[in-house]
Amino acid sequence: MSHQPCAVVGVGQTHHKTRRWDVSLGGLVREAASRALEDAQMDWSDIDAVVLGKAPDLFEGVMKPELYLTDALGAHGKPMFRVHTAGSVGATTGIVAAHHVETGRHKRVLAVAYQKQSEGNAQFALGSGRGGSLGAGGAFAPYMRSYIARSGSPLDIGPMVAVKDRLNALKNPYAHLKLADISLEKVKESQMMWEPVRYLESCPSSDGACAVVLTDEEGGKAAAADGRPPAWILGTAVRSEPSTFPGRDPVTPQGAFDCADDLYKQAGITNPREQLDCAELYVPFSWYEPMWLEAHRIAEKGAGWKMVESGETALDGDFPVNMSGGVLSSNPIGASGLLRLAEAALQVRGMAGEHQIDGAKVALGQAYGAAAQYFSMWVVANSLDPFGR
Amino acid sequence: MASSDDIAIIGWAVSPMERRTAKTEQQMLFEVVSDAVDHAGITRADVDFTVAGSCDYVAGQAFSFVQNIDAVGAWPPKRDSHVEMDGAWALYETWIRLLAGDIDVALATGSGRSSTADPALIYPMEMDPFYLAPLGADALSFSALQARALLDAGKVTERQMAEIALRSRTSAKDNPHTQVSGEFDLDEALATDYVRAPLRKHDLPPITDGAACVVIARADKAREICQNPVWIKGFAHYSELHNPGMRDLLTSPSTTLAAKAAGLDEAPVDFAELQVAFSHEEVILREALGLEDDTPVNRSGGPLAANPVMASGLVRIAESARQIREGQGRRGVAHATSGPCLQQNLVCVLEGDER
Repeated sequence: MSHQPCAVVGVGQTHHKTRRWDVSLGGLVREAASRALEDAQMDWSDIDAVVLGKAPDLFEGVMKPELYLTDALGAHGKPMFRVHTAGSVGATTGIVAAHHVETGRHKRVLAVAYQKQSEGNAQFALGSGRGGSLGAGGAFAPYMRSYIARSGSPLDIGPMVAVKDRLNALKNPYAHLKLADISLEKVKESQMMWEPVRYLESCPSSDGACAVVLTDEEGGKAAAADGRPPAWILGTAVRSEPSTFPGRDPVTPQGAFDCADDLYKQAGITNPREQLDCAELYVPFSWYEPMWLEAHRIAEKGAGWKMVESGETALDGDFPVNMSGGVLSSNPIGASGLLRLAEAALQVRGMAGEHQIDGAKVALGQAYGAAAQYFSMWVVANSLDPFGR
Repeated sequence: MASSDDIAIIGWAVSPMERRTAKTEQQMLFEVVSDAVDHAGITRADVDFTVAGSCDYVAGQAFSFVQNIDAVGAWPPKRDSHVEMDGAWALYETWIRLLAGDIDVALATGSGRSSTADPALIYPMEMDPFYLAPLGADALSFSALQARALLDAGKVTERQMAEIALRSRTSAKDNPHTQVSGEFDLDEALATDYVRAPLRKHDLPPITDGAACVVIARADKAREICQNPVWIKGFAHYSELHNPGMRDLLTSPSTTLAAKAAGLDEAPVDFAELQVAFSHEEVILREALGLEDDTPVNRSGGPLAANPVMASGLVRIAESARQIREGQGRRGVAHATSGPCLQQNLVCVLEGDER
């Protein structure tokens, strides 16, 4: 057994926008990675290995871009590893990087994830150029309708999530959408895209990247001694399941429960609602907030929407969700998962700026992918033993 | 002697190697996963973690790996990951994961159906999209440039390149998992036109559809399941600058770094299985790995006999395990590569138990 503590000591991201035509792919990832290194007070030469994640290569038209991006990410003479697990990929990238540190394989690892959607046409690529693609919204809409039917949720819940996340994004300088005049009425007046999801309940297409510097116990403690608080990883978990078969419940997938259970066990969490201070969940369409609150046991089954309705998941609520503005405000697909993990880390480090939750000690970061069948999660804390075990 | 933190290969399977398979990638994977867990003496349910290696561009479809999860049998839901890299790197991720110590058994797959599309059309797209991809130069063109550099430096002759191909394809006759095998006349071959100078047809790999699966376990579990585990003694990979114009094409420094990190130089090896897709690469890799002149290379035939892209590296590891299991050597080295002119290289050192 060689499982050692691992700490996040650097976080960086780009300004996410519809088109970052001011930078190349290399420039985009380097912008995020440079910020993460600056935060970690490290130089490129301090990094032992790079783990790169992104969703389909068809989105930008560059096959196996880890080859070309080796130069921009300073990985010459280093291990360069490429992950692709659909929408969950950013989070899986962070987790794979953490394993490299936890097993003692490397001391300092740079995890980078990106997508530059403006380079191509995501809808075209999702259908592999053959047309007829439902798109993600069309694929997930039946699951969301089923959630509403099962839970008896009022129809305003989705729009409420959309408003909350966009208000949070106003406090995040890196967020893509800045909808200062967002309101429940505006959301409900926006075009119906894939019932029950309206235009303003959907994520944007973004160009963006995120980077995280991970290091070992010694590195984490040194950062802390230097007045730069680390985020300690209490646990990581991944689960996958097939997309369709009789008996699968895609609305509350077994993989989502199993992944959370595995994670909480590692982190010493028996009551996630009480022990977690906040969560960044992958919510590309509004209804996924209550759905994941339930599927990760933060709310009772059928009660996720009540947390939204009562304002508990708002920034000033009792259990804030998507403090950064979430995927609904910025969605560089491949980076979106790592952005969730990064925001969780920023919160427990007390470095989330205007969207900081006072006294956040333990935070959950989560991502999912494909037909709600890939799950990647981590829990980070401001100490290795936040529960005094 | 293996310690409880050591990890061993306990089973593997390699698919038939064909120019054009009638099977889907998922079907190919279903068979190699079934065969590999069988070979290990376990079932899919015993596998704690799975990682697949494949490429959307080779499959011609975004998210192509998502369907392949069915082949793994991820129900109940499994710990699982996917790399857009050769299956050898998928195996590297499983190895890292098992080092954590909380789970015991993992499997990695590599799969590719190159027949789906035209490699000459696809491979320029793995190059720098601004400076290199617009040239339209594919892997073959870049390899030809590297071969030319070797010839000009006097490190190889066209006849020696042909001899490497001849030796590989002759060895492949005994391997059921190959596509192109058998002797050919050297003088006749050298009299043929170049495909891309200075490379002739025999210097190139065939276009292959195929898949492979390798199962690994932590030491205690490996001993419990398996009579003769093949131990992973060292495992490492390194990358280098992308643009071939920025590199010394006569050497492969990332291969040397990986070999050092994997402890290759700690003891001589009895054989090597190298991802030599183009004949001249064997010369570079032999030197970069520091192999003795008489160390047998690619007794399986290597990629010059069957080159299932995205599985070709993992097949080298499976073939090495087989050779150790069958007593053709006790210590061997497997190599995998990715990118133009051997940009990124992986080295895996394997050993059988002392007899």
